[in-house]
Amino acid sequence: MDLIREFGSTLGSTARDVLPVAVFMLFVYCVVLRQRLAHTRNVVAGLAFVTVGLALLLLGVDKALFPAGRMMVEQLSPADAHDASAAPAWTSFHLIYLFAFCITFAAAIAEPTLFAVAQRVNELSGGAINTWGLRIAAAVGVALGVTLGCIRVVAGIPLHWCLLGVFLVIAIQTVTSPRMILPLAYDTGGVSTTVVTVPVVAALGLGLAELLPARNPLLDGFGMVALACMVPAITVLAYAQIAMLFEKWAERRERDEA
Amino acid sequence: MRLFGRMILGTLRDMAPVVVVVLFFHSIVLGQPISRLFPLLEGTLLVVAGLALLVYGLELALFPLGEALANALALRGSFLWLVAFAFLLGFGTTFAEPALTAVAAEAARAAAAGGAIEHTPDALESYALGLRFVVALAVGCALTLGVIRIVFGWPLAPMIIGGYVLATALAFVAPPTVIGIASDSGGVTTSVVTVPLVTALGIGLASSLTGRNAMSDGFGTVALVLLMPMLFLMAYATILSWI
Repeated sequence: MDLIREFGSTLGSTARDVLPVAVFMLFVYCVVLRQRLAHTRNVVAGLAFVTVGLALLLLGVDKALFPAGRMMVEQLSPADAHDASAAPAWTSFHLIYLFAFCITFAAAIAEPTLFAVAQRVNELSGGAINTWGLRIAAAVGVALGVTLGCIRVVAGIPLHWCLLGVFLVIAIQTVTSPRMILPLAYDTGGVSTTVVTVPVVAALGLGLAELLPARNPLLDGFGMVALACMVPAITVLAYAQIAMLFEKWAERRERDEA
Repeated sequence: MRLFGRMILGTLRDMAPVVVVVLFFHSIVLGQPISRLFPLLEGTLLVVAGLALLVYGLELALFPLGEALANALALRGSFLWLVAFAFLLGFGTTFAEPALTAVAAEAARAAAAGGAIEHTPDALESYALGLRFVVALAVGCALTLGVIRIVFGWPLAPMIIGGYVLATALAFVAPPTVIGIASDSGGVTTSVVTVPLVTALGIGLASSLTGRNAMSDGFGTVALVLLMPMLFLMAYATILSWI
């Protein structure tokens, strides 16, 4: 019974989230632009699916992913983490880094927006960009970003140095990558951090900040989402660059054989 | 209905890595009894059902609606309408975004803890409202710049790299309490509703304009949405700290 009541209130808030956008878009389309909507039934059904699906997902994330993340961070931390005087070395949290990498990689693979965009990219590129290749490259990026964020919180590195390092790598790759892929690569970070990844990242950040007495959860908890959004550009560009190298290598071998 | 069955199977496959990771760390690394994970089962099933519906709904409604709207706006040929629509969509969805409201409230508490503002309910509320307004303005400008870029075929890379240079410079002069929230705000505003809409808008616009390519011109607006709030918030906080 509790579950049904909780579902009701979550559904109410997701409806408030989805419907204004949908109404605004339909208003512009039908009234301002005076277009007739094709497949009206599909659009209405699709919007209902989005609203109900989002509510179910948020409820599930709250009941499963969030508590699992908090629980794991607490259990995987070294025994002396709570001790303010001993201040354990940042390397003694290696199990947490490993867990953070694995769970955010898995969460990004499950991300519905990344799935939908990867499929659209596959269609648009005529199959040249592989759906799974893009999803895995983006998920590795999110995972690397969050792991870097965890190391930063534990070791107390200022956020702007981490961001500066990431920016530099992206700038170098921008000059050396095929230009066609650049906009998509910059976009993947935002695309792969929506409903599944962000709660997992929040659980990790909160869990870590609570664990470390020297860290203020309010001041040190931020920055993880930013790194999770920036680093996928690096991995997607690297994926494109590696694919290009393989192509060149195959071409050269063909020429040598001929 | 058969399509929906396939979606459920696909979601089960996509969620499998999460379950495997949690099981591995719980049972093998920590050696805990598996029964302690049973309370999480209900939530996991909800996630699977929710993801399947969401992916199905995105492909049925949000992607087609976004692309149809972009096509219609391009056919109409009114540049002013296009820009106004992009700005309103960005500003409206961001100002109403619940995730941003929550983060803004948290950022206000962080600023009070850091001594940047007074610790009174009024000061906290006006600080949070200011943050939301600036971020919404930034996203509106990001979408506007995004569609203008697609219409004129401007390259994206100089904008992004220039933005990063500016962000780095601002990070050294902005108050330290704002850097964290500023860099996170872009990621917080890209939600499961706005990302498909913005992507579909870009693809639809690029494919209905002659001389534009959906792959190389259509993407990039989400990247601007990630970047702009960071610049706007840091600039806003810097100006406030000077006054």
